[in-house]
Amino acid sequence: MNAIEVKNVTKAYPKFTVDRVSLTLPAGCIMGLVGENGAGKTTLIRLIMGAARPDSGSVTVLNVDNRDVAFHDLKEHIGVVLDEAFFPEVLTPRDIGRVMAATYRQWDDAAYQRWLTAFSLPEKQRFHEFSRGMKMKLSIAVALSHAPRLLVLDEPTGGLDPVVRDEILTVFNDFAREDDHAVLISSHIVSDLEKICDYIACLHRGKLLLCEEKDRLLEEYAIVKLSQEEFAALPQTAIHGRRETPYCVEALVERSMLPASIRTEHASLEDILLFLVKEGK
Amino acid sequence: MNLIISNADGRPIYEQIAAQIRDSILAGELQPGDMLPSIRALAKDLRISVITTKRAYDELEAQGCVHTVAGKGCFVAEQNGNLLREAHLKEIEAHMQEILRLAAPCRLTVGELTDMLRLLEEESRP
Repeated sequence: MNAIEVKNVTKAYPKFTVDRVSLTLPAGCIMGLVGENGAGKTTLIRLIMGAARPDSGSVTVLNVDNRDVAFHDLKEHIGVVLDEAFFPEVLTPRDIGRVMAATYRQWDDAAYQRWLTAFSLPEKQRFHEFSRGMKMKLSIAVALSHAPRLLVLDEPTGGLDPVVRDEILTVFNDFAREDDHAVLISSHIVSDLEKICDYIACLHRGKLLLCEEKDRLLEEYAIVKLSQEEFAALPQTAIHGRRETPYCVEALVERSMLPASIRTEHASLEDILLFLVKEGK
Repeated sequence: MNLIISNADGRPIYEQIAAQIRDSILAGELQPGDMLPSIRALAKDLRISVITTKRAYDELEAQGCVHTVAGKGCFVAEQNGNLLREAHLKEIEAHMQEILRLAAPCRLTVGELTDMLRLLEEESRP
């Protein structure tokens, strides 16, 4: 089963278009969504959640077309976390639990209590006194407590310290390793995505630049650092973007197309995306 | 069983996992009939992609090292010990041929090569 299927979706705004985007997130997997500011990540998430209507194309979430009336009920099983948590300032986690119990039919208060404890969130402190990390954790605790099968996360780790980020990533990773669960996560912090994703989708100016299995990308690409002469001798089709200095050429290359004698270095996901996006310009 | 995944190792992650599990089987650390961790559990613990974990298991299965019982899990197969040993010997032989090829232009004798090997062995001893 696929958790998300986006088929040929186009949505035109006056100054920006999400242009014929197709991607598939299989159940049990985590997909990372990357792209520059304004590349269309949040718009794509809105299109997936049915908050924006595409001009053409279709979106299926957990096997339900998101234009179908059944999608409304299905939303109970989708945990959404946006980059800014949105709870009323004066409420405490306990109050929020009560509100959510009245909102979601599937609300699992025992699970909510467990997450509050796991995240060390004080039950009786008001939301406006929370730090950014605590707000995000509360938002995630809520998303995880209404029996979700899919998590849709827009920049959940932005502005958080490395320790909290790692804690949150572990939660997402554990969640996705259940058979029928899946996670879609957008982030600018590529190293976070490299840690947990199975697939990486990269948007660039509203178009899908690539959607690939993460480990295949890491296997396929490598960095070389060569002199101008050595570089000129490489097969040009193997090269995907370069950075030149007077002293050497650094380039992203496809391993399989290189002569065996060329020494390569491991390319991080960040290297790969930076070079590919520059090449795509 | 230890599983150590390294970026410094030039091989893809799935190959590193498959090779280390195969080594554990060869060393007798994993016995025929032992159950391997589930794909999802291993992916979770190592914090690696499920797709990569599945590729590692598929590779082990293709080599006859493990077999999958639908709904139950993945088990270490009854090993044809000789066959595995044979495969390793073949690999060693291929590496040795490569050594000889590289040694020829350096005019290294087999005696000198043996000394080098002995030194390496001593250094790698714990």
